[in-house]
Amino acid sequence: MKKKILPRLTKLMSLSSAALLAGCSWDTLDPKGVIGAQEKSLILTSTYAMLLVVIPVCILTLLFAWQYRQSNTAAEYLPKWSHSNKIEVVIWAVPSLIILFLAVLTYQTCHSLDPYKPLEAEANVKPIHVDVVALDWKWLFIYQDEGIATVNQMAMPVNTPVDFRITSDSVMNSFFIPQLGTMIYAMAGMQTQLHLIANEAGDFQGESSNFSGRGFSDMRFRALAMPADQYSAWVEKVKASSEQLDSASYPKLAAPSEANPVEYFSHVDAGLFDDIVAKYNNGMVMDKSTGKMLHVQQSAMSDMNMKE
Amino acid sequence: MLGKLTLSAIPYDVPILVGTFIGVAIAGLAVVGLITYYGKWGYLWREWLTSVDHKRIGVMYIVVALVALFRGFADAIMMRSQLALAYAGNPGYLPPHHYDQIFSAHGTIMIFFMAMAFMQGLMNIVVPLQIGARDVAFPFVNTLSFWMTTISFLLVNVSLFIGEFSQCGWLAYPPLSEQQFSPGVGVDYYIWAVQLSGVGTLLTGVNFFATIVKMRAPGMTYMRMPVFTWTIFCTTVLIMVAFPILTVAMGLLGLDRYLGMHFFTNDGGGNQMLYLSVIWGWGHPEVYILVLPAFGAFSEITQTFSRKPLFGYKTMVYATASIMVLSLVVWVHHFFTMGAGPNVNAFFGVMTMVIAVPTGVKIFNWLFTMYKGRIEFHATMYWVIGFMITFSIGGMTGVMLAIPASDFVLHNSLFVIAHFHNVIIGGVYFGYVAAMNFWFPKAFGFKLNEAWGKRAFWCWFIGFYVAFMPLYVLGFEGMTRRMNHYDNPEWHPWLLIAEVGAVLIALGIVCQLTQLYVSIRDRNLAENRDLTGDPWNARTLEWSTSSPPPFYNFAILPEVHELDAFAHDKEAGIDTRQAGGNYQPIHMPKNTACGFLIGAFSFVLGFGAIWYIWWLAAVGLIGVIATVIARSSDNDVDYYVPVSEVVRIEQEHTHNLMAAQAAE
Repeated sequence: MKKKILPRLTKLMSLSSAALLAGCSWDTLDPKGVIGAQEKSLILTSTYAMLLVVIPVCILTLLFAWQYRQSNTAAEYLPKWSHSNKIEVVIWAVPSLIILFLAVLTYQTCHSLDPYKPLEAEANVKPIHVDVVALDWKWLFIYQDEGIATVNQMAMPVNTPVDFRITSDSVMNSFFIPQLGTMIYAMAGMQTQLHLIANEAGDFQGESSNFSGRGFSDMRFRALAMPADQYSAWVEKVKASSEQLDSASYPKLAAPSEANPVEYFSHVDAGLFDDIVAKYNNGMVMDKSTGKMLHVQQSAMSDMNMKE
Repeated sequence: MLGKLTLSAIPYDVPILVGTFIGVAIAGLAVVGLITYYGKWGYLWREWLTSVDHKRIGVMYIVVALVALFRGFADAIMMRSQLALAYAGNPGYLPPHHYDQIFSAHGTIMIFFMAMAFMQGLMNIVVPLQIGARDVAFPFVNTLSFWMTTISFLLVNVSLFIGEFSQCGWLAYPPLSEQQFSPGVGVDYYIWAVQLSGVGTLLTGVNFFATIVKMRAPGMTYMRMPVFTWTIFCTTVLIMVAFPILTVAMGLLGLDRYLGMHFFTNDGGGNQMLYLSVIWGWGHPEVYILVLPAFGAFSEITQTFSRKPLFGYKTMVYATASIMVLSLVVWVHHFFTMGAGPNVNAFFGVMTMVIAVPTGVKIFNWLFTMYKGRIEFHATMYWVIGFMITFSIGGMTGVMLAIPASDFVLHNSLFVIAHFHNVIIGGVYFGYVAAMNFWFPKAFGFKLNEAWGKRAFWCWFIGFYVAFMPLYVLGFEGMTRRMNHYDNPEWHPWLLIAEVGAVLIALGIVCQLTQLYVSIRDRNLAENRDLTGDPWNARTLEWSTSSPPPFYNFAILPEVHELDAFAHDKEAGIDTRQAGGNYQPIHMPKNTACGFLIGAFSFVLGFGAIWYIWWLAAVGLIGVIATVIARSSDNDVDYYVPVSEVVRIEQEHTHNLMAAQAAE
């Protein structure tokens, strides 16, 4: 009887875990871009390396606890034994070796997956530039090259690197598209950088992953990855919008709002992103290619919202 | 006259809070009524509230910790219930204004007032006894520390009914916590509560450091110190290094809020990341401040119930000390995603995972302590074994988060929540509960009921896995922490499972309360009484005196010849107590109300400052200063216990010992 239960149980368990895995998509473990894919494999590799020691520890804990229980008088009992050089060497060496392996992996991936490092693309593919501003409680995307802007929705062509510059015109947020990989903070007066790529078309969840107050839970956006022709069509659709984003309409957009709908702006002032960064820095903004601080051209925007 | 305080600050329109208030008021009146009925006010005041006895203070700390556990857990289960409900358009029952206060209060209370108070309670009860001392180095400072912690916890709870608590998370990151974005009094409650309790903790750190350095029994060299004392020693060093950083962080944030300065604001040259750096400069050592004493407790329990000395004592000491040092150089791993360069991230990532080496070694040490032992499955051993498995898993996920490029997708997700509950429940909390079961008879003279202790363990152990394993999954599904509602259908089942886990943990807490009740009820049964002072046949000095120990701990200070002094003496047939020996008058500190008064005035100061009632704050501040001056000019702070009194108490214990031997 006993013999039959065990295989049945394992069969049941493997079935249910398979159902569990098939039934849902684990965003981070279901990446749609090369950055996310590398991060997934890094997570898996490091987990396997550590399981090499964690599983034996768990088994040994239960085994020793059972084997040396008080009632098992047949087991050897050494009431004085408390030291062994051989064991000491092993228990220091095994974790050290695993950590050494992980340290090398850490150093390598810190460089290879540095969010500031531009991505390599196939020949003839030029990266697109998207500037991201975290507002209370929505995301503003500025496409400088196309002169358009959107709220709570962004699009990108597949297999094309996207260069993000990210800031905030309010509190700290974190810009994150789980299926594409790396998140980075959005902070007022500072610009962070991020390079992502979508290798498959799709409609991905985007979110803020740093708590930012009352409307935080609805501070979400969709990240659309699409073939190049559809992307051009999307740009045209935005350009067809009657709304424009300039020094007059920006404060209205920046005012706190919750669960903001998607918005399109057919035109955006060229220096808007720099102005938003510079207004917290006495009109200065850092040039990301040289690292030097530059004065932003005076515009009506540079004192916007400062009355707060 | 009343600053910002108006009638609208009283949340009489929030049913949950009104209900809570009524409950608290009824319970409070019941306690007050019972104390009055039995005429115990004088006893309470003389023997407890003004006591400088480290054992009494330790017990009071743990009472505060259990109340904080209750409050913090109520917050936790409300959050879990909100997330089980607030799905697909349903807003749940907690609007963001309320929900955000709850998760902020949960973290603040569990760390500062549950874990820290529990830890300080344990070190108070155990350390002086374990090193063969009669009290701590500065008994008055000890009572002051206790009251600073307690009034701070009171301040947090007052915010439930007067005004609001912080809505910025347990670390109150700016700029969200600045006046511009959080104009209410919530963050001010947070700042004052953390700041005042920080004073208490820092003083505890200094006090116990001095105690361990200066007051060890003759012959107890550093390498003969029990492991628990070693871990407390390292913890006090970390407290002395880290808590001043917290004081600075809170001070600067306070200056921003009260005086309009610009340390962490968006504009005016402020830098929010400076706050993150400072607060985590405290925050990371803090988790080791909490977990090292738990490691110490596990070591004592494992060796006692495996009936053999701890494996690799020296390794254990070196591992503890290296964790202490390393914990100070890892804080940047809390914000890898700020956009630092790859070399900075790599450095802090590697330093973080290096901590896994000494920690792993410790786990192996406990493993080989059990190896070839005769393990008695006392309730405390359940917590040890549950800890070893749970903590190994938590350590593994911790190293995953330490790899910056992995953290880039896991940061701030529920994966992080699962990880730190994995190590704080599985490590810190399991350790403290095991320690409470282990040392309870020492403090009270009777044992805790084992059956209920084991039931509590199973509920907590299974409840932990059911509540937090789904959070790992949700982290992989991209769910961020601190969300109030969501519409992702894939998250919902996992959050329902987590809710079930929270209910199991609630049962665990019920079992613990039942355990206390049953144990107190049956305290006079022969099998529960601890007449010998050594109910577990343990190895260290605290078990050589009676349970509960006389207020002076040791009539004659023990002499230490070996590691595990008491085990050695028992084997060699030496009477550690030196019963009937050459007793001398014993120099002891007098009780004082000054700690209580400084605490009470600090509460007034904090409350006044939170509500901008400046005259009240001034009253509090002047009260604090006046009490300090009065205490400093008081020379009547000590006395000698006459030999006749010592002889009487010691003979009583000898009598008990003989009765216990005869019973065997």
